[in-house]
Amino acid sequence: MTADTASSLLQTPLHALHQEAGARMVPFAGYLMPLQYPLGLLKEHLHARKAAGLFDVSHMGQIAVRARSGDLADAARGLETVLPIDVLGLAPGRQRYGFFTTQGGGILDDLMLANLGDHYLLVVNAANKAAGLAHLLDAIGTECTVEPLDRALIALQGPGAEAALARHLPVVAEMRFMDARTVTFNGEDGVVVRSGYTGEDGFEIALPAESALALARALLADPEVKPIGLGARDSLRLEAGLCLHGSDIDHETSPVEAGLSWAIPKVRRRGGARAGGFPGSERILAELEEAPARLRVGLRPEGRTPVRAGAALYQTADASEAVGRVTSGGFGPSLDGPIAMGVLPRPLAVPGTPVFAEVRGQRLPCTVVPLPFRPAGFKRS
Amino acid sequence: MLKYTDEHEWLRLEGDVATVGITDHAAEQLGDLVFVELPKVGATLTKGAAAAVVESVKAASDVYAPVDGEVTEVNEDAVSNPESVGTDPQGAGWLYRVRLSDPSQLDGLMDEAAYRAFVG
Repeated sequence: MTADTASSLLQTPLHALHQEAGARMVPFAGYLMPLQYPLGLLKEHLHARKAAGLFDVSHMGQIAVRARSGDLADAARGLETVLPIDVLGLAPGRQRYGFFTTQGGGILDDLMLANLGDHYLLVVNAANKAAGLAHLLDAIGTECTVEPLDRALIALQGPGAEAALARHLPVVAEMRFMDARTVTFNGEDGVVVRSGYTGEDGFEIALPAESALALARALLADPEVKPIGLGARDSLRLEAGLCLHGSDIDHETSPVEAGLSWAIPKVRRRGGARAGGFPGSERILAELEEAPARLRVGLRPEGRTPVRAGAALYQTADASEAVGRVTSGGFGPSLDGPIAMGVLPRPLAVPGTPVFAEVRGQRLPCTVVPLPFRPAGFKRS
Repeated sequence: MLKYTDEHEWLRLEGDVATVGITDHAAEQLGDLVFVELPKVGATLTKGAAAAVVESVKAASDVYAPVDGEVTEVNEDAVSNPESVGTDPQGAGWLYRVRLSDPSQLDGLMDEAAYRAFVG
């Protein structure tokens, strides 16, 4: 990397901490981000599974949406014109997964939406934050204020996350999966949600820069907590069967094809009280009833060879035409073997179906498996 | 005689057979290795063409043949224990041995001092 490239990249509020920890920094979505720390990707991954991992996810976009009328329901109605989820029914203090849909029924971005009582907080992907902001302003800018928030976001993930975070923010022990709370730390206001991108129990904490850095340092003083880079963040989310926008989901892939129908409730489907009314609803609502031609699947290669994004999938070892492709793939440290996700025609998207992935000219046998690859550790009650 | 390539491979020559592996610098850049694919014994290698593959959790990387020749032996331990290629790349983590068909190709490679200067 040249000095010019490095200087055009943004740094997160935790940059100094990454440097002190000896991180290898890489460009990612316009930011200089930690790929891994001296512990290394494998050990970082396993640490987050058995104790607690601290992630800097400050590159992600945080957007506050408020109704100009002062009535939150007006903001909810506005958000339902861009999201196929139940926003009106989302209780204060709760969070929900969702996605902006395209006119063609694809996915512009996937996101988390929290009801914080007097406003909604959206957390969107780093690479899509400008597009998401423009999309929101265009769709609901008349009736809502749409405010990008300049603050840090850190994630603490793993079975030890609650104990480690509760020492600094005792309220988190009372939260369950997908709860959202406003908190005060270091004299500054922030937000904690009990969710993440690893399949583990854990939290994401939004705070102004200085307080986020103070909290990160306090958390890292605990030997149970280690910093985890983007490399392990990706292998953790892959094992958890979670989609990466730009790989597993994109502007062409519909939420139904991606196996995300669960996020679209009855009330927004055909026959529901608030059916449709979002971009691409025609395609998406039809696919919900008639099932799409292709579906996202989990794949377990039989050998040790990792099967990576872009690999073509074939029905047999000698078939001439590919039937699908791998959208994410690599090595699952907790499974000690290769894992992948891909898209296949619906008749083949059935657990137990054998398929072949082409890697370096060889057809490697794989089996379609249910997602996630390992059960989630969420605290649901 | 120990030689290095600008693609971060090393080779140690004994007679007309060279032992080949990736450098410690390459191993450090690649991170934890989880998979190693080696050429078959008897395979003919062409200088500059992919001879082996090492894969980290994140990515696959080709290991190029530093010289022309025939593979005489491969390190099966590296296949069953890919981690060793990352932790001891210039020792237990060697990859394969090749009988050189054109020893003059060694002239274009770097010695240790030149390689250390090359990687800075």
